[in-house]
Amino acid sequence: MSLVYSGVLSHAPGITGRADLVKNIDKRDEFYAALDRQRQEIEASGAEALIVMAAEHFANFFMNNMPAFCVGIGEKYSGPIEDPEWLKIQRADVPGAPDLGKRLTREIMQTVDTAYAEEWKFDHGIMVPLHFLTPNYDLPIIPVNINCQGPPLTPLHRAWAFGEAVRRACDSVPEKVALVGTGGISHWPATPDSGKINEAWDREFLDRLLRQDKEALLSYTDEETYRDGGQGGFEIRTYIAAAAAARGVGALQFYTPDLPIFAVGCTVARFDIV
Amino acid sequence: MSLYYLQKFLYELNRDEAIQEKCREDLASQLKGYELNEEELGALMDGDIGLLYVLGVNGQILMHYAAFLGVEWFDYLEMMRQGIEKYGPVRAGVYTMTGGGDAFTEEDTHQ
Repeated sequence: MSLVYSGVLSHAPGITGRADLVKNIDKRDEFYAALDRQRQEIEASGAEALIVMAAEHFANFFMNNMPAFCVGIGEKYSGPIEDPEWLKIQRADVPGAPDLGKRLTREIMQTVDTAYAEEWKFDHGIMVPLHFLTPNYDLPIIPVNINCQGPPLTPLHRAWAFGEAVRRACDSVPEKVALVGTGGISHWPATPDSGKINEAWDREFLDRLLRQDKEALLSYTDEETYRDGGQGGFEIRTYIAAAAAARGVGALQFYTPDLPIFAVGCTVARFDIV
Repeated sequence: MSLYYLQKFLYELNRDEAIQEKCREDLASQLKGYELNEEELGALMDGDIGLLYVLGVNGQILMHYAAFLGVEWFDYLEMMRQGIEKYGPVRAGVYTMTGGGDAFTEEDTHQ
């Protein structure tokens, strides 16, 4: 079949772990409702597997052997690696899609050199999205990582090329595949500046992203992103890859900078599959 | 190179419950396989989040470690601020403090 859904959503441990510290309950619940609509859209697409294009946080990859890209081809995964009480997500096994994952990887490799992994421990970067999108862990998951954490980082134009390769791979298999890119836009997580968000930078990035303005999207330098969007802003790679895979323009379904306890501007969007 | 091994120890600790258990029993023995200087060893033995932050431990690694230690969120943020006050600016990496020690979370002021 083909790629049947492509969207993006924020992840951050606070989205689940600090839900009870939120002052703006209405805004929090609006965000959760948008995530639930995304779940419904993925279900309605008939997807038989979900690719989660993430920016993992040293749960599997370290600077002893850091891949620019990695695709999960395991039978199952486990997570979260974090203290479940801290993240407020209980440990669980998550089903994989090994055969599909291998076929996708073979096709991706025709144009992009990706690593692959049969073992993968999920951190909040995947577990928080799954908590909302597949709360019963009943949809096979293909985790994908783009190095957004350990410099030298994956170049933005390679993230775009990777998204294109994922699209071509999805279109080469009979299964219906959904994809989400998950990361933050501007944020300064895990620092004393946690909660700082550059709304103007976020909205400019989203405008470029949803218009599929490739040239503008790929023009950010890491220095500019670090200055304006913080080290968390490096995760825009996951959104860029999701846009490249979709090819169509996007619709912003939710955005707010007004949940600083989550330490990220909270975003939900989907793209047209063209 | 020392920071590399400091982070590698924490990376391996964060993702492996068996290592976590061993560290709870005998942390010093677990640290023997890593090339760490005295300051780094001391920071780990004391669970000194502020010093680890200043030494340049990646924030994502440090955040998961703080959760392992059972440090509450706002205490964790404050420990990093106090670390800077005590030991000076972050010495390496990209997880520096840019906000002059300000709190950016509204809820911060209500704790």
